[in-house]
Formats: sequence, C-alpha cells, structure tokens
Amino acid sequence: MTSKEYKTITDIKGPLVFLEKTEPVAYGEIVSIRLSDGSEKNGQVLDTSDDMVVVQVFEGTEAIDRKAGVKFLGDVFKLPVSKGLIGRILDGAGRPRDGGPEIIADENADIIGAAINPYSRQSPHDFIQTGVSAIDCCTTLVRGQKLPIFSASGLPHNDIALQIARQAKLRDSDEEFIVVFCAMGITAEEYNFFRSDLERTGALENAALFVNLADDPAVERLITPRLALTAAEYLAFEHDYHVLVIYTDMTNYCDSLRQIGAAREEVPGRRGYPGYMYTDLAMLYERAGIVKGKKGSITQFPILTMPGDDITHPIPDLSGYITEGQIVISRELHQAGIYPPINVLPSLSRLMGSCIGEKTTRDDHKKVSDQMYAAYAQGRELRGLVAIVGEDALNERDLQLLKFADIFEDKFLRQDRDEDRTIDETLNLCWELMTNIDTKYLVRLDQELIEKYHPEEKKA
Amino acid sequence: MSKNEGVIYRISGPVVTATGIEARMYEVVRVGNEKLMGEVIEIHGDQSVIQVYEDTSGIRPGEPVLSTGQTLSVQLGPGLLTQIYDGIQRPLQTLEEVMGVFITRGVDADGLDLEKKWDFVATASKGDDVLGGQVIGTVQETDTITHKIMVPPKASGKIKSIKSGDFNVTETVCTLEDGTEIKMMQEWPVRHPRPFSQKYAPDTPLVTGMRILDFLFPLAKGGAAGIPGPFGSGKTVTQQSLAKYSDAQLVVYIGCGERGNEMTEVLDEFPHLIDPNTGKPLMNRTVMIANTSNMPVAAREASVYTGITIAEYFRDQGYDVALMADSTSRWAEAMREISSRLEEMPGEEGYPAYLSSRLAEFYERAGRVETLNGEDGSVTVIGAVSPPGGDISEPVSQGTLRIVKVFWGLDAGLARQRHFPAINWLSSYSLYPQSLNQWFRDNIASDFPEVRTQISALLKVEAELQEIVQLVGSDALPMDQQLTLEVARMIREYFLQQNGFDPIDAYSGVQQQYAMAQAILTFQEEAKKAMAAGARLQDVVNVQSRTELMRARFAEGYLDKIGGLVEAMVAEIAATAEAN
Ligand SMILES: Nc1ncnc2c1ncn2[C@@H]1O[C@H](COP(=O)(O)OP(=O)(O)O)[C@@H](O)[C@H]1O
Ligand SMILES: [Mg+2]
Repeated sequence: MTSKEYKTITDIKGPLVFLEKTEPVAYGEIVSIRLSDGSEKNGQVLDTSDDMVVVQVFEGTEAIDRKAGVKFLGDVFKLPVSKGLIGRILDGAGRPRDGGPEIIADENADIIGAAINPYSRQSPHDFIQTGVSAIDCCTTLVRGQKLPIFSASGLPHNDIALQIARQAKLRDSDEEFIVVFCAMGITAEEYNFFRSDLERTGALENAALFVNLADDPAVERLITPRLALTAAEYLAFEHDYHVLVIYTDMTNYCDSLRQIGAAREEVPGRRGYPGYMYTDLAMLYERAGIVKGKKGSITQFPILTMPGDDITHPIPDLSGYITEGQIVISRELHQAGIYPPINVLPSLSRLMGSCIGEKTTRDDHKKVSDQMYAAYAQGRELRGLVAIVGEDALNERDLQLLKFADIFEDKFLRQDRDEDRTIDETLNLCWELMTNIDTKYLVRLDQELIEKYHPEEKKA
Repeated sequence: MSKNEGVIYRISGPVVTATGIEARMYEVVRVGNEKLMGEVIEIHGDQSVIQVYEDTSGIRPGEPVLSTGQTLSVQLGPGLLTQIYDGIQRPLQTLEEVMGVFITRGVDADGLDLEKKWDFVATASKGDDVLGGQVIGTVQETDTITHKIMVPPKASGKIKSIKSGDFNVTETVCTLEDGTEIKMMQEWPVRHPRPFSQKYAPDTPLVTGMRILDFLFPLAKGGAAGIPGPFGSGKTVTQQSLAKYSDAQLVVYIGCGERGNEMTEVLDEFPHLIDPNTGKPLMNRTVMIANTSNMPVAAREASVYTGITIAEYFRDQGYDVALMADSTSRWAEAMREISSRLEEMPGEEGYPAYLSSRLAEFYERAGRVETLNGEDGSVTVIGAVSPPGGDISEPVSQGTLRIVKVFWGLDAGLARQRHFPAINWLSSYSLYPQSLNQWFRDNIASDFPEVRTQISALLKVEAELQEIVQLVGSDALPMDQQLTLEVARMIREYFLQQNGFDPIDAYSGVQQQYAMAQAILTFQEEAKKAMAAGARLQDVVNVQSRTELMRARFAEGYLDKIGGLVEAMVAEIAATAEAN
C-alpha cells in the first residue's frame, strides 16, 4: 500500500507539526515527512481527530516548512527483532550505525510494549554477584530487578555500571548476561568509553547498542529506550537470554519529555516536567522482571544524573518511586578519593531480602549487612557531633564507631575498578573490619554468628 | 444511525471524543473496531468525551462507538475472595489464560465465575417479607468466610419461592411475589456508595499488631488513615503488614499504580501465611486489585472505586473489612492526567480542582454502620500517599489529611537509620483515642490510656533533650536526664522498632504491647530507685537481664515469659545499688 502524501501542514511548533484535512489517521501511527530538499524525517501521531493531526517529529522540526509532504505509514512504531541484534550497534531510531546491514526481522515488535500481567510475574530471587562489596553486601542485586544508579555530573557512574556489567554473574554459574546498552543524549566521549570497554572485554559481541548522542535529535530519545527494551524483551522471552539493560542518561530522556509537554502547552507538573512523567517512566522501568514459563530475564540498570545533586528532584524522585531500590553515588566520597563512591545509607535494594541467606549467599549475610550499615551510620553521625564538641566528649563506644566510619570507607567501599570480590571475600572482609569494634557493641550480631565468623572470637 | 452508535472524532492518549452518540455521564461505551471499554466522563453538545481503559494506539477517527446503557459496575457475589483483578474487575488469571503473560487489549472478562456452582443454603422462607439488603441465604465461600446472599438494595417484597441447593451466580435462588428474581450475583455501579441504615461512631480499634500503631496512634474499625512517606520509607511494607495481621475479617488490597512485583509478592506469600486471628491461610479473606503503574491510567482511576465497592458489599454482610490503597497519589495522578487531556482548568500543581472533593468522597465511604440487615459492619480505609520529594505540603497529602483522623507519617530519616516501621512518633497522630479508650480499659487494662500517655510523654521529653545533646554531648546532662534518654532509647529500640519481616515480632498482640510498655516503666522506676541508692547509670543500663527481656521478644510465647523476665531485671537492678 502506498499511502497518500498530504501537503496540509498548518502550524509547526517546537518538535510538533500540525496538519489538517487528512483521512482518518491512527493514534500512535508512524509518519514520514519529506522536506523540500528531498530529505526525510520521521514522527509519530500524538493527537488525531477529524480536523487536526498532531505529529511529534523525532529528528526535530528544523527545515520543515508548510510545503513539506506528510505520509502516514499505517502502523505504530515497530522494531524488527531477531537474534541478529546481538553484536550490533544501532542509532536512536533503530537504524544500523555500525555500517552493517539492516536487521533481518523474525518479527516486528511494537515498541510501546504491553504490560506484564502481575499475575504472570515471578518474584526475582537469584542473587547476582557484582564483585562490588558495597553492592553485594548492602544493596544486593537480584536477577530481574530494576536498580538505578542515582548519580550526578562528574561522578564515576559509568565506571561503576561497566564494572557491574563486566563482573555480574550468578554464584557458581557461568551463565552470562548479554548487555543491551541504550544511550540517550550522552556525549560522544562517554559513548566511546562504554564502547571501547565493551570491545576490550569482548562483551560487545554479546551486546546490542542503541545510541542517541548529545548531538542527535532530542525527541528521538523518547523512543530509544523503548527500542532497547523491545530488543531486551525479545531476547529474554523468546530466546531465554538473561539480559542486563543499561540505559543512560535518564535525565536527558526526561528533559525530552518536558520539551514535548511544553510544545503541546500542557499544564506542567513539578519543575516543568509533565504530570504523566511517573506513568511514562513506569512504562520503561516496569519492563524489567521475570515471567512465568520463560527462562530469560530482564535486569535494568538505569543511570540518571540528579540535577544539582538533589535527590528530591522529580527525575530521581519519580524513578525511586518505581524502581526496586537505588544505588546512590556520593560526591563527598568521590572527592575524598574513594572509588566506588557509593553512599550505602540512602541506597537500598528492595529485593535483597529474597536473595540473601544460608541457601543463596551465606547465613551471616543479613546480620552482617545490618551491623555494617548501623555502625557506619552511627559513625558518620558522630562525625557531625565531633565537629561541634570535639572527640573528648565521646565515650569509648562512640570513639570506636567514629573510627570505624573511616575504616568502612577506606577498606570496605574502596576497591579497584577491576577488583572482583566474591561474596565470601566481601563478608569475610566485613568481619575483619568489625574487629575494630568491641563485640559488646555489635548488637545486631548474635553470639552464634560471632562464634562462627569473628576472627578473634571464632571457636575452632 | 441509531443514537446508541456514534463515531470517534478525536483520540488523545486514553481520552477519546465521540460524536453522534447519546450517552449519559459515566455510561460505559465500547470504543473502536476492537470494542475497547471506556466510560463517558464529559459531554459537550454532541460530543461525548470518553476515558478508555485500554491502550488506544492504532485506533482511528471514524471507528464506531457503541453505548451500552450501563454504568461502570462490579459483579458482586460468591467468587470474589482470593481473586486478583485489574482496575475494572477483570480477573488477571483469566486475562493470562486468554492473552498470555502480557496484557494486550480488547478482552472482556467477567468478575465472577458465572459457571461455578455454589452450595446455597436458604435462611429465609417462603412467605417472609424481605427488604433490600436483607440476608436470605448463605454460601460457605472459603474456610473462614460465609458469604451472605442479600436481597439487592432496591428490591423488597414477600418471598414466593426460595430453595437451597447448588447454583451458579446467575441462577435464580429466590423469587418475590412481584416476580423479582434474586440471584446470588448483584451488580453495582462503582461510583455510588452502597446504602446502609445508619453510620455509628467507631468504638473498637482495628488491631494491627504493630505496636506504634495500636498503642500510640490507634485506628478505629470504620475509620480512615493516611500513610504519607517518600519512596523507600515503608508505605508498602506497612500496608502489607496491615493486610496480614490486622483483625479485620476481610481485606481488600488495592495496588494502584505501583510495582508489579509487589503484587506478585502478595500472591506468592498470602496463600502460605496464616491469619493470626483465624489460623487459616490469609488468602481466604483477601481480594486483590492490581492496576500497576504501567497498566492503563483510566483503569487505575477506576481501581479504587472497584475496590471500595467490593469492601462495602462485604460490610453489608456484617463484616469488618479493611481496605488498603497503595498508593492514593497514583490515583490522584491518574485523575490529573485525564483532566489535563480534557483541558480542564487546573488547580494546584496541575491537579483538577475537584481533587479534594474526590478524596473526601472516597474516604467518606469508610465507616462503621448498621447494615440494611440490621447488623454491625465496617469498612476501614488505609491510604498510602506518595508526596513528591517527601514533602507533604502538596495537594494529595493535604487533601487527605483534612479528612482522615489518623496520620501515620513515615520519615525518610528513620528509614535511613533502619528504624522500622519508620513512623515518626512526634508528627503522627490519631484522633481516635478518646472514643477507643473505653475499649482499651475494658479489654486490656484499666490504666491503658494512662500508660500510653506516660510513654508518649517520655518520647516528647527525649526530643527536647536531644536538642541539648546535639550541642553539648550527653555526658553534660544531669543523671536523671541521662536516665530519661536511656528509657526513651528503650522505647524506641524495644517497643517502637518492629521488623515487618521478623517471623515472630512482626505481630504483637495488644496485651503484649501493654506488658512491654509496663516493663519499660518498671525499668525507669527501678533505675531511679537504684540510682538514688547510689547505683551508677551505666551499671543499671547494662544489667544482663534487661538485654534478655528485650531479646526474648523474638522468640515464641513472649507474653507468658515477660513477667518472669521483668522480675529478674528488677532484682538485678536493685543489686547494682548494693554493689556500690
Ligand atoms: N516495617 C518494616 N520492617 C522492616 N523493613 C522495612 C519495614 N518498612 C520498610 N522496610 C524496608 O524499607 C524498604 C522500603 O519499604 P517500602 O514499604 O517498599 O517503601 P515505600 O512503599 O514507602 O516506597 C523495604 O524494602 C524494607 O527493606
Ligand atoms: Mg511502596
């Protein structure tokens, strides 16, 4: 079917084109716009009626004039999917970017993605060892979880994401993840960093990359993660892969969303972001998980940079309301020269409880994690007090805790970028560091565990 | 073209405008070639504005719209319990059977199994005069719940025939003289409260087993509570604890615009968890509604109405029902999203101007009532609120707080210290103690309210002292104030903290709560005496028997042991004075 070309554009505003006198156009339909110089742009229908159609143009409306020709392609946005996606680099709209051929489709999948029936989900419960102590001990990652990194500009979130991608594995298993990487508005330099790391480790052959860079069209960012997740769903649920989706930077995605909202003159919600941003983000994040009767899984690692380091900003705030926890990167720790600068206190893994313990990690994991956390939290709080009243006002317990906070950061948090600690090594390290505190102050540990693991109290 | 068929004029996300149809407000219509379900929410001249409960991608202007003459309703009758529904009462299990693991569109499903036979036992007889709401028979729906079959609210008359036996929900079990046929299934429009005889003032607490709630900030059966808190502060864990342990006879749990995995967790867990009040699986008393964040927003908007109508229906049978809505903010956001598509004049933060009246109408459907059948029943509503950035000055929190009498304020700082439940004891409140005091005096202890007052007073004093400690350190305080700090610490760590996942301590009966509070006050008193006699605070605090008293709550049978443990503590504290 060759569809009709309309030359009835009435208005052009921001990323939107308005046209009239069309035959019935479907909501969500894909649009192709031919400019007077012969070049083409793509878009999607945002509003349709007998009188007027509103099209959101992915590549931006630059150079479009009222004489441009508009064709409606009869279908909603679909991604050709097949196993051939693995090892490929595509642009933000799903076209090859690596000079390779078009993807030969096994099927064309709707990129909006249907919601997983909550009745059909399976609770994630497989422990993923990332080799990063702060994460494995305190905010344990579970296969099928969506766990974002809350970072800010200038912090090493990319290194952490890559380290996780390299090291993540199930304990006692060689099963590997394949990575679906989605770039939204990041710089070419950042992208090259990701790409060369994936290349260096050989992971690129087992990855699919969807790339929209800072100088690529901003509106296109709204579809890039949907393409990536559609690919991930296909690989996980049709071909049994365990897929790790890393997408960065959600902040750029949200800014594109805001741009569309503004162009449509919608009533803005907080800080100018659209009122439906929560729902929109949920439609990405909720595409993580495991479903009944399928072997594969989707684990998501979205990265976002908190504007002004503010965790209450709508982007981290709405994300935190949807994701199953968050890993918070701290500027203060980064400035103190600690890598990875993960602040475990505001970090959380909501699914941790389901994947730690005797059968999966170790019997002492929960209590050790609670104790490490509590001691560090108290130690950090004492830093504030000491700044006012001096160390002299502290009793013995408080002095130990104060010192422990430094040890925690220096010995527990700090590790090399390629240092891959097993969960046993991490937990043993915790015990060793806790010898700096008298056992009588280790109230979250019970006697049994102390006798089993404490280096100085261990019973043979 | 007849008036019950029109055509689509415009589509903008979940909002569709149709022309040529003569629909009534809130009428259910079928939209497009796929007959997607929608509801008329605005009428302008010839145009009907419809919110559609399924995704509208691919639908075109010109496709048909059919009116159905019905308003958005739920099916009520045996078969509701243990079910999990979406926001418009489609059983998720049926959807899985028809569509697989992803929810696609265009599928209708009945809320009740229309084929299944139930053993109906008539309790009314031929010749009885019956009124709307009167019970005429029963069905043993689950181990714990007897489903009472009622005359629909608007029917009444003399019974011409009634028979016991196996029936499905659409078969007639009773006929009235005027020809009215009564079936086990009723349909009821969700946006209308179900009728009752009269509302009573609540006088019985909803016992939750959470110490901070029952003891300090009790909720009445038939009351309403709001739980605002930032993400990660414990809204969902608290709601789930209430669904597990509260002494309601029935629970309606609404996952409104939240995570899919959280509903899966409930589905996995509840069939295996035992209701502490009946000894039977929790699932037997539970109805779930799951319209998660990525499911259509219009159905999310409807989900709370679907849930509360089901809750009211069980209240009509004389049950105490508790309803949890996690989260009402997502419901409000669904209203905002629809309202903005309607280009309505926005109120505060883009929410529609009618936000606060919708909130009020919803919470008003809670209450303890005399049912049409003359029994006592209640619906207690507990709504989670998710304020942006945790700041409760926003419209949904404020709109909620204006109506509910109980405020359980979750605190990010406490959650960060892993103090759970992270309910702030200084900012939270309950306006029910006055009306519930008598119950506590009669059922727990005659001085219960006084003990509560002492415990909360200690917490207030601690807060004041902490301000001084921040400036000078605790060693600078006089001994008696240092003791107060220790007592308050005991309240926090032993009494207020309660891990929602601890197999034993997650539930604490009110009798035990009282005994624990008394143990704290005893410690305070004995410590004072010992210190007056020369004991050192440090020695008093470190007595081993106090640690044992506190630890023993994690083992079974604590209530029976606590008396002995307190005695041991008293003796050991007294000895610290003698040692000096
Ligand atoms: N009562 C509780 N006992 C133990 N842990 C809790 C409790 N409340 C909250 N938590 C912890 O906090 C996390 C977040 O709680 P959740 O109820 O999911 O927060 P919210 O719904 O407010 O985002 C949980 O995963 C759990 O680790
Ligand atoms: Mg929650």
